[in-house]
Amino acid sequence: MTTVDDLREGAELPPLRLPPITRTTLALFAGASGDHNPIHIDLDVARSAGLDDVFAHGMLSMAYLGRLLTGWVPQHRIRSYRVRFAAITPVHAEPTCTGRVVSVADGLATLALAVTLADGTTTLTGEAVIDLT
Amino acid sequence: MPVDPDKARALAFPPVTVTVERGRLRFFAQAIGETDPEYVDLAAARAAGHPDLPVPPTFFFSLEMESPDPWGYLADLGVDLRRVLHGEQEFSYHTMVYAGDTVELRPRIVDVYTRKGGALEFLVKRTDVMRHDQLVAEATAVIVVRNPEVAR
Repeated sequence: MTTVDDLREGAELPPLRLPPITRTTLALFAGASGDHNPIHIDLDVARSAGLDDVFAHGMLSMAYLGRLLTGWVPQHRIRSYRVRFAAITPVHAEPTCTGRVVSVADGLATLALAVTLADGTTTLTGEAVIDLT
Repeated sequence: MPVDPDKARALAFPPVTVTVERGRLRFFAQAIGETDPEYVDLAAARAAGHPDLPVPPTFFFSLEMESPDPWGYLADLGVDLRRVLHGEQEFSYHTMVYAGDTVELRPRIVDVYTRKGGALEFLVKRTDVMRHDQLVAEATAVIVVRNPEVAR
């Protein structure tokens, strides 16, 4: 776990590299997260929507990024956490979560967050505010 | 079919009351590959100062999914779930929540707007998470509805 002193401007969080997202990952996440939207787990439904295949829940990537955060600071210090889902995460993708301290002011550190895939696609960008006091 | 903004803003969401279960938190941790024992092992959680297993940062979204029909509001608005994308998600945290806590989630639509001449519609849903009378967290979801047949 990091110390508050590590939260200086420009500091990079140790990246979190995930194994490939399998269909099993998606089935388990559907059940565990309660998001049963079949577009993520049922190929027939994905095809009926004009897609070639199922794709990962956005909230799976946000949960991975949450692991990056709570692996770095105690969770109670997180004041806010938000993301924009920029691109679909295909099945078999290998996400990497990254974060960087962009500012420290008034006892709050602001982190810029991202999830990228092995092919360079940024699937998610976000921001978290950490209470340093 | 375009979403009627007035109807969306007036939607009445029944509040969702959920008691957070240890087993669900462990299943969620397993599904996201969580390796930190604080989130799965009660003794490790207590050693870290938690009264029970903590609700991780994004699990408030999942608590709302405990509603009997979490996508029902989209059907009420005439939206085909297959056309829906999750555009943005935000959480604000006021205090930690733990296994064994009972929370009430109170969703509402706070904004509706369109882009690209109606080819994309956006619904902004805000959910207050209450534990007794205390606001413990707020969740805001931006839901995107794709209408590819609308000419740009």
